[in-house]
Amino acid sequence: MTALTERQQLAYANAQAADGRVNLEFETDEGMTLNMGPQHPATHGTLRIVLKLDGEQVISCEPIMGYMHRGYEKLVEVRTYPQVTTLVNRIDWLGSFANEVPFILAAEKLMDIEAPPRAQWIRTILFELSRISNISLFVGDMALHIGAISAAFYAFRDREYVLNQIEAATGGRFHPNFDRIGGLKDDLPKGWIADTKATMNKIRDFCDEMETLVEGNEIFQTRTRGIGVIPADVALAYGMSGANLRASGVDWDLRRDEPVGLAWNECDWNVITHPDGDSFARFWVRLQEIRESTRIVDQLLDGLPAGPIMAKVPRIIKVPEGEAWVATENPLGEMGYYVVSKGGLGPFRVKIRTASFNNIAVIPWVTRGVYVPDVVTILASLYFILGDIDR
Amino acid sequence: MSASLFGIELSYWQVTSLRSLGILAAVLLPAGTFVYLFLFKMVSFMQSRLGPMEAGPFGSMQLLAEVGKFLQKEDIVPERADAKLFKLAPYLVVSTVLLVYLAVPFGPEMTFVSNFDGGIFYVLAVSSISALGVLLAGWSSANKYSLIGGLRAAGQLIAYELPMVLAVIGVVIQAGTLNMQGIVMAQASGSIFGFDGFGNPFFLTQIIAFVIFMIAVQAELGQTPFDMPIAESELVTGYITEYSGLRFLLFFIGEFASAGAFAAVAATLFLGGWAVPAAWADLDSAIFNLLGPLIMLTKMLILGGLIFFIRFTFPRFREDQLQKLAWTVLIPISLANILVTTILKVAF
Repeated sequence: MTALTERQQLAYANAQAADGRVNLEFETDEGMTLNMGPQHPATHGTLRIVLKLDGEQVISCEPIMGYMHRGYEKLVEVRTYPQVTTLVNRIDWLGSFANEVPFILAAEKLMDIEAPPRAQWIRTILFELSRISNISLFVGDMALHIGAISAAFYAFRDREYVLNQIEAATGGRFHPNFDRIGGLKDDLPKGWIADTKATMNKIRDFCDEMETLVEGNEIFQTRTRGIGVIPADVALAYGMSGANLRASGVDWDLRRDEPVGLAWNECDWNVITHPDGDSFARFWVRLQEIRESTRIVDQLLDGLPAGPIMAKVPRIIKVPEGEAWVATENPLGEMGYYVVSKGGLGPFRVKIRTASFNNIAVIPWVTRGVYVPDVVTILASLYFILGDIDR
Repeated sequence: MSASLFGIELSYWQVTSLRSLGILAAVLLPAGTFVYLFLFKMVSFMQSRLGPMEAGPFGSMQLLAEVGKFLQKEDIVPERADAKLFKLAPYLVVSTVLLVYLAVPFGPEMTFVSNFDGGIFYVLAVSSISALGVLLAGWSSANKYSLIGGLRAAGQLIAYELPMVLAVIGVVIQAGTLNMQGIVMAQASGSIFGFDGFGNPFFLTQIIAFVIFMIAVQAELGQTPFDMPIAESELVTGYITEYSGLRFLLFFIGEFASAGAFAAVAATLFLGGWAVPAAWADLDSAIFNLLGPLIMLTKMLILGGLIFFIRFTFPRFREDQLQKLAWTVLIPISLANILVTTILKVAF
């Protein structure tokens, strides 16, 4: 438990003041109801947010989701284990490879097999690449929501380099479907390592560019500093995870704290935290995490072990009876699969824990008393993917 | 009343129709140029893409294609909307721009109202009418986003009309006249500390007023960082959310034509308008009726480029931050500028 900073204590006081106001306003039933979404540019997807406004000030706010519910947990039950990765790719569609990994790891845990080291290292590299492609889009998206259009285009441009590398290795830009129980589908193509290193340099340049263009901009700072402060204990109470939690000053990263057999422990990197817990902190933490990811990828590429990429796995995969829970630190936060097997070809029941679902639960808490533009800032800084909320 | 153009005597109606055509050209030409040059091309290059390339060479006919598209679209008036006001609003916005151009001189005789003594006063007065159109659009659309956008626009206008007027007062004091033609002449034949090689363009001596004026123009036009009335990511598109087809096109033209109009006003006030420094050429010669508009257009493009460069670089302020900037920073500075200008004017 981290101590509350001054800014976080201030947010507490503000929230309590807003609480008093909320009760008053509900009794008088004044104000205007504004329906943000399900079709709205700021919710990038079909999240609906019902705002009760007094002028432009938010009295209360209620996120309503489920407009894009696709029933993955049910769909998974009628598929075999190898078929599931195709589906779960689409949960967080911007970091798709990262969605496959925890499920495959859970299945491997049940079958008691372990992928060979080379496969695990490549998994980690691709995991980090999908993190970079996911978060670099966030950087542009956040700037776009605050009104700077050009940064979004730079983000799309530089994310393309990473997608090219993912495509070169896996054949799929968005939905690789590359992870297999016991290893990977293919080995890396020729020349991929050098190309990826060059790409990592480009991404570091992109981070520099964004630091000067967006983060260093005074208007961006006035719009984000002190806006949407989430104190550490509130963040923990709402079950937030990932960069949102680290931006509130909680030093918690599953990559370091619960290494699940991937290669994060093999290299030297830092968990980034920020004490403020405001929108700026969330932006800053994510931007720094891209840098850390490029460091991880570089080091893993240098020390990539030789060997097979597939363990000995039976042709027809039957998972023995049992239950397993594996969670990893995905781009959006903690993502986990609780797999229940009855010994059949497919899972009996799968519970998917996605990060965005818990991350947006804090919206009513954090938007009390702010203005409409700040709601957009907060939504952008919390960074959710609709598929990750509704799944 | 009769006038002569290149030696040909013209009767009153001929002069009037020529001037009306001139005004239309003055409104539509810069608007089209701004859209193509800045919105399509400059911004695309800023954002590492090519912009329109299909319609005509380098997409130069894209504008016509866009206009054609908007003309074909269904004309929708929302059911709950106040139909009369809803239809009136875009025309109000566009006509404001036409009114602004009336007082801007484009050459020694290239003005609609020649020798208009209250010129700049009139320009500042009519330029605020467009806010009325915006407010009407916001109110009559029967849409909450539109309403918030319209109210934001009104608040923004009140806040930024003042620094704009105060910035202009510095220029007026230095030129000693409200007449736009007089301001142009004062710059062309002026001198800085006795050196009259390039006249006295006021953006040198009134640099503070120039900066404040350009900031106020940015806010008045509703361009980023002051685009809260539109604010795509918050209010969908603010007061134009419900508009489609021709009326949307009118708002679009209004936006870029008023960018042109304010660029023209700023060019006249600070960059010497249609004239070149008097030391370079005889400004009374008839050739400046032809050269003047071209010189003016060049200066407008420079200022328009500045406006759109800022628009596509910066993020957006919040409404209360904008008000704070106007009332606590810009207005005190422009008042101080007036004071200093007055003292220096008396001293020299």
